[in-house]
Amino acid sequence: MIRLEKRKEPSKLWRIANPFLAVALTMLAGGIMFAMLGKDPFVAIRLIFFDPIFSETFASYSRPQLLIKSAPLILIAVGLAIGFKANVWNIGAEGQYIMGALFGAGVALAFFPAPGWYIFPLMVLAGAFGGFLWAMIPAILKTRFNTNEILVSLLLVYVAERILAAMALGLMRNPDQPGFPGSRDLRRYEAAYNSELIANTGMHWGVVAAIIAVIFAYVMMTRHMLGFHIQLAGQAPRAARFGGVSPARLVIICLGISGALAGLAGMFEVSGPGGQVRIEFASGYGFTAIIVAFLGRLHPIGIVLAGLLLGLTYIGGELSQMMLQLPGAAIQVFQGMLLFFLLALDFQTNYRIRLTQGAHA
Amino acid sequence: MHATLLQLDGLSKSYPGVRANDDVSFAIGEGQIHALLGENGAGKSTLVKMIYGLVRPDAGQMTLRGAPFAPAQPSEARQSGVAMVFQHFSLFDALDVAENVALGMENPPPLRDLAARIRTVSEEYGLPLDPSRLVGELSAGERQRVEIVRCLLQDPKLLIMDEPTSVLTPQEVDILFRTLRKLSSEGTAILYISHKLEEIRALCDEATILRGGRKIATCDPREKSARELAELMVGQLLNPPERPARAMGDVLLEVEALSLKSNNPFGTSLKDISFQLRAGEVLGIAGVAGNGQDELLLMLSGELRAPSHQVRLRGQPVGHLGPNGRRGLGVVAAPEERLGHAAAPDMSLTENALLSASGRKRLEQGGFIDWGKTETFAREIITRFDVRTPGPHVLARALSGGNLQKFVIGREIELDPDVIIVNQPTWGVDASAAATIRQALLDLAGKGAGVLVISQDLDELLEVADSFAALNEGRLSKARPAKGLTVEEIGLMMGGAHDMHVAHEVTS
Repeated sequence: MIRLEKRKEPSKLWRIANPFLAVALTMLAGGIMFAMLGKDPFVAIRLIFFDPIFSETFASYSRPQLLIKSAPLILIAVGLAIGFKANVWNIGAEGQYIMGALFGAGVALAFFPAPGWYIFPLMVLAGAFGGFLWAMIPAILKTRFNTNEILVSLLLVYVAERILAAMALGLMRNPDQPGFPGSRDLRRYEAAYNSELIANTGMHWGVVAAIIAVIFAYVMMTRHMLGFHIQLAGQAPRAARFGGVSPARLVIICLGISGALAGLAGMFEVSGPGGQVRIEFASGYGFTAIIVAFLGRLHPIGIVLAGLLLGLTYIGGELSQMMLQLPGAAIQVFQGMLLFFLLALDFQTNYRIRLTQGAHA
Repeated sequence: MHATLLQLDGLSKSYPGVRANDDVSFAIGEGQIHALLGENGAGKSTLVKMIYGLVRPDAGQMTLRGAPFAPAQPSEARQSGVAMVFQHFSLFDALDVAENVALGMENPPPLRDLAARIRTVSEEYGLPLDPSRLVGELSAGERQRVEIVRCLLQDPKLLIMDEPTSVLTPQEVDILFRTLRKLSSEGTAILYISHKLEEIRALCDEATILRGGRKIATCDPREKSARELAELMVGQLLNPPERPARAMGDVLLEVEALSLKSNNPFGTSLKDISFQLRAGEVLGIAGVAGNGQDELLLMLSGELRAPSHQVRLRGQPVGHLGPNGRRGLGVVAAPEERLGHAAAPDMSLTENALLSASGRKRLEQGGFIDWGKTETFAREIITRFDVRTPGPHVLARALSGGNLQKFVIGREIELDPDVIIVNQPTWGVDASAAATIRQALLDLAGKGAGVLVISQDLDELLEVADSFAALNEGRLSKARPAKGLTVEEIGLMMGGAHDMHVAHEVTS
């Protein structure tokens, strides 16, 4: 018989070890899946995890991609983790990411083709504001009408996708190329282009923003009353109220921060690597960031590592699509497995599994 | 007259250090609604556990319809026709009503037949239930119905109900009472455990009162007043100590004609509360749990906001202020529930020190926390109040109840308040720690603070309080000097007879 015992204290060892174990198990289960698809599992795993960085052939292209893919993941996940700590579940970062991109691109297209140093900073503000605004919908519905922020924020992703499609086909469509869906290419508009800061590194303003966000979140969560109140509200809501925390205020703050950061991520993407408002602009960063937040144990430093790892699977996924003709969905299954294994393993952080003699009444 | 259904004879049960039941004898008649009445810790639970086969008595015997009755486990009790509805439900949220009922049965019939029976029985007894609904979607009252229906399907002769109304709204209470009366009229006896006196007087044919594990009396509750029942429950053992009258200062805290709805659907709303607390005064508030104590504390601490002018500190309106606003003005509070309310279980003592002291102790500046200073403060509390713990890094939940209570009360006292409100300050705390806490509260009053102690422990209140009032169903009696109060007068205040004039003001 297997018996479960609740631990007196959560195991610190498993808390640290589980993300690594989850990665190992994902490689194993993923390998089995690839084998069933008729591909060599060892080649596939190598393509996903090692070749993007170490292979002579691919690395020159993929290495800069690592920062490009990881930056938005980290930026979004840092914000989400703050909310998750307070038990405020923003699942709709993807929608806030899209709205941030639309607001940022909107500013750029409104100024086109005027030059000006102030255009890009304005776009940054607009991007953050767009994400913030979109996150305020679930926040206000929750504080006013006690709706569930998980459902509302998630469903608003699909609304945002509709708006994105409408913009790409309508208001923001490139007037010079009316035959094609999609806006002007912001990479060709110097005042709005989020260019590489150091050539061939993938380092752009979004990476800088992610680093600042990580430091900001770390300081806030460990040294500031707001971070203390966020953790308090997540762990013991009644004690938080006793400590003078207003639950409604906290919902607004948490959704506001995560929305603004997701909006920023969308804006840096659309003005740089993405380049234009297109129907297929959204690539799931907002959802993958949830995995990043949990894999990083909701800790800013952990999130950096987890963001780099998940960024890697994006690039490796593209590589294996190209080289092995793996279906695109396979890599999403792969990412999903990672979260699945992590959550399953986390069970043993709080419980001890004991094998006992099969005595029963 | 009822023929005897269950006879208890000299039942005794001891646990290490406690005599939970001592020579308890009484009889329950067929179809009788019999109340079992007593304060927390009076031995009610142990007694019914023996009847239901969860606990074996050390001595004494039971007879059911004349035959010896000694269930070794609940299934035997159930086979003999004894069923029980517990205070805490044992239901699975993810299963539907019929599945839950089937899980509790020894030989469940096919689910479709069972669902039909549930429908019939529940309608017959005025407890409508849809067998196909998920339990997770049901209200607390409906969940209780599932438990009751589960019992009724076994055709019990005796139904034991443990504090059934503590989770019900007033409307649901009415429905439950109608069901219980119908059952009784059909010959099912009911053993009804409660400490709500009015309910018992409304519902029960007979009441057995326990105190300290012993049977005090069996009586007809309808012939007794709530006051008399309360006196029986509380006992005549109280000897109010002589307390020299202290010189009292100006009015610090004042509440005027305040009615406030509880934030908890099962809570008790406050009704027309008025009192004054003076500098140097200890005001004791008595009452059986669930009569508005929690709400009173929340209202005073600022967790429940009140109309600003109805709560005043030194004449200034403070009702609209939250907990930190009031702390800033010198009003602090220690709630009853230590773990989860007064302290966060998974945070260290240092973090818990920060919880209420950040402002008054200046542990933060511009929002940035001074962890060094906070840890020093936590150490001060630990040393001064003799909190037994390896150090301030220990999680709150790792402390024993008494030690955590010392820490929590100590934290609030260290804030050097002008007014302190405590609810059950020594609940579950050993005698020496309790003495430390009471002395610290008295010292605070000696320094000119106003102290408000809410407690169910009358001995404690009479030991520390200068003035005495009681909460009953959300109403607060007029405060009176504790000196010279008789037990009879206390019973009167707790029984809720607010308007009665006590002709003999100070007897003896």
